[in-house]
Amino acid sequence: MTPAAATDRRHYLNASYTAASWLFTVDHKRIGILYLLSVTFFFLLGGAAAVAFRLELLTPAGDLVTAETYNNLFTVHGVVMVFFFLIPAIPAVLGNFLVPLMIGAKDLAFPKLNLTSWWLFMIGGAITLGAVITGGVDTGWTFYTPYSSTYANTSVSTAIIGVFLTGFASILTGLNFIVTIHTMRAPGMTWFRLPLFIWAHYAASLIMVLGTPVVATVLVLVVLERSLGLGIFNPNLGGDPLLFQHLFWFYSHPAVYIMILPAMGVVTEIIAAFSGRRIFGYKFIAFSSLAIAGLGFLVWGHHMFVSGQSMYAGIIFSFLSFLVAIPSAVKVFNWTATLYKGQVRMLTPMVYAMGFMGLFTIGGLTGLFLAAMALDVHFHDTYFVVAHFHYIMVGGAVMAYLGGIHYWWPKITGKLYHEWWGRISAVVIFLGFNLTFFPQFLLGYLGMPRRYYAYPEEFQVLNVMSSAGASILGIGYLIPLVYLVWSLKYGPDAGPNPWGAKGLEWETYSPPPTLNFDTTPVVECEAYDYAAGEMAPELPGTQGHGSSTSEEAGSSEP
Amino acid sequence: MSHEAHVAHHFDDAEQQYDACSLGMWIFLTTEILFFGALFTAYAMYRSEYPQAFAHASSHLSVWWGGFNTAVLLGSSLTMVLAHHAARTGHQENLVRNLWLTVLQGGGFLAVKAIEYSDKFAHHLYPGAGFEYHGADPGQAEIFFSLYFAMTGFHALHMVIGIAIVATLAVLAARGKFTPRSHLPVEMTGLYWHFVDIVWVFLYPLLYLIR
Repeated sequence: MTPAAATDRRHYLNASYTAASWLFTVDHKRIGILYLLSVTFFFLLGGAAAVAFRLELLTPAGDLVTAETYNNLFTVHGVVMVFFFLIPAIPAVLGNFLVPLMIGAKDLAFPKLNLTSWWLFMIGGAITLGAVITGGVDTGWTFYTPYSSTYANTSVSTAIIGVFLTGFASILTGLNFIVTIHTMRAPGMTWFRLPLFIWAHYAASLIMVLGTPVVATVLVLVVLERSLGLGIFNPNLGGDPLLFQHLFWFYSHPAVYIMILPAMGVVTEIIAAFSGRRIFGYKFIAFSSLAIAGLGFLVWGHHMFVSGQSMYAGIIFSFLSFLVAIPSAVKVFNWTATLYKGQVRMLTPMVYAMGFMGLFTIGGLTGLFLAAMALDVHFHDTYFVVAHFHYIMVGGAVMAYLGGIHYWWPKITGKLYHEWWGRISAVVIFLGFNLTFFPQFLLGYLGMPRRYYAYPEEFQVLNVMSSAGASILGIGYLIPLVYLVWSLKYGPDAGPNPWGAKGLEWETYSPPPTLNFDTTPVVECEAYDYAAGEMAPELPGTQGHGSSTSEEAGSSEP
Repeated sequence: MSHEAHVAHHFDDAEQQYDACSLGMWIFLTTEILFFGALFTAYAMYRSEYPQAFAHASSHLSVWWGGFNTAVLLGSSLTMVLAHHAARTGHQENLVRNLWLTVLQGGGFLAVKAIEYSDKFAHHLYPGAGFEYHGADPGQAEIFFSLYFAMTGFHALHMVIGIAIVATLAVLAARGKFTPRSHLPVEMTGLYWHFVDIVWVFLYPLLYLIR
């Protein structure tokens, strides 16, 4: 394979240029791109809502928007970011693109279901946006009853129908991944030769398949209460609104692991590649993914310590929540051990991955505060909770998502982005993130409740810090948008394996052909087969643009 | 390696395709179990909380119509199995006949369900503003009927989808689309049909029989 051949070679991007060839494609790589564009749109939308309410929170008085508008803003932010960005982001974009490539398959097991998934996602997104435009939704992303089922006068039903359809998109993705990983592996690709990215996606898929139907049912019941007068959660009849919370969190707590498990998979790949070492404790990382998925289903009650649920249930949920820290820490320790004595190259994806490790650790440790029943009575529904889950979902999942986008960008597009700007963006995002959310831990500790548009004056300094950080964070997110798009036209050709990384996805062309490999690969070695002392190639990006070293990087061709 | 016509492009051979499709179908049915599982959880919780009101409300359902429908559904599962057997052994006529018999029994089930629903509506036993109930704890009884309509309604929706799929299969089968080597859709639809049947096997005793 030579770089010259890369320009006129047929690959998945130039296979056809018609709109229909994209909108009705069954190629997992094109569907990954469709998802990439869609979730980027939703990310910007959810981000815009955040900008608006961070502006409102600059001053103690509620002066920029009305209370009702503020409620709509944080609901839109939550619904869009959770259901339309974080849950699909890594699985539906990177997972879609990489799962077949990494296991040596031509496509996912059910390509048409994969396309259906994207269409359901888009239709669901359009309906939810319709709800936002026609009156808004003010329930918060949690849709708690009886407010959502009986009292709210906003477009709750429409928004829920959109979320419901998107849930099916998620189920189809998870189902497709599980079946693909079971049945489509290349010859020699045994379970314990799978990249840990695959194990992480397998674990996340189990949650998508087992959790999502439950939230689908409970959300439909809310719609039926609003439209047909069913009374399952109606306290006036003797119905129990807490039943909604139980069923909602049965999915929505594990949903956090749908976001973070694939993120951990991405970080594992990046750390192995940029340490140039075989991952430390392969089986521990693989099984810790499954342990997190399994334990994740048993901890939902920690959202309900102050709801009036049984104290004994609370004690058990508290204990089980602490247990989640064990497999999470296993991963962090194994990553650290992989870095130890590795040839660490601090390239853009690695900077993102290091950011992930720091922020995820803070998010995880503060989660222990919230899992402790007595402390949670103080922290419940304060900014401490907001800061905690943003450290996991934004500091963790979004950092890893961006790290993954950078790591596989040369594979997805065949182009290299500007390395210096890449590192700048990672640092700006890291700093902006901490300035935004660290003050919120302090605000929560001091007792500021979440979801209020006005607050006492003594909280202003910390709120101004948070809003200032949000503006830096916003700029940080826009930088990659610019240089990544720029690289599509002006970036140098990446070659098949610019990082000198191991894994089947690096053994085919960049961008890959429609059926991924010229011949079905045969796997003969373990994952992360980095030989000790083997120097990784110098990167074009580190020496300025123009000099391509893809011949050298491509020497690992089978 | 010859690529058979009924094997999709991204599979190596028919065996891989079969493994993928049956695993996919079983996972889909697992999601369905969880979908109904949330409803069964709600039912179990309220039944243990309001046992008397539920028992009394349940006496307004017709055990005989429910029992008749149970028999009809079990019969439809039998014809579905016979259809699959006919497809596997290449008995074209039997395949088509059994698929239509399955559709017929599914339709019969829904017709009986419609009779039952209209009876409930005639007696104002539907949740909402029009609910009228002469007995103790009308609120709790309304929760029972909320669950009754939600659970049997979702089940009926699954029946409608199943009937549409089986009817499509019958039309395709009449055109000779299925052979002993290639009849995956018949087998997969069979799994779905039996699942919907089993959901009813749980719904019937919970809603109609236990007092």
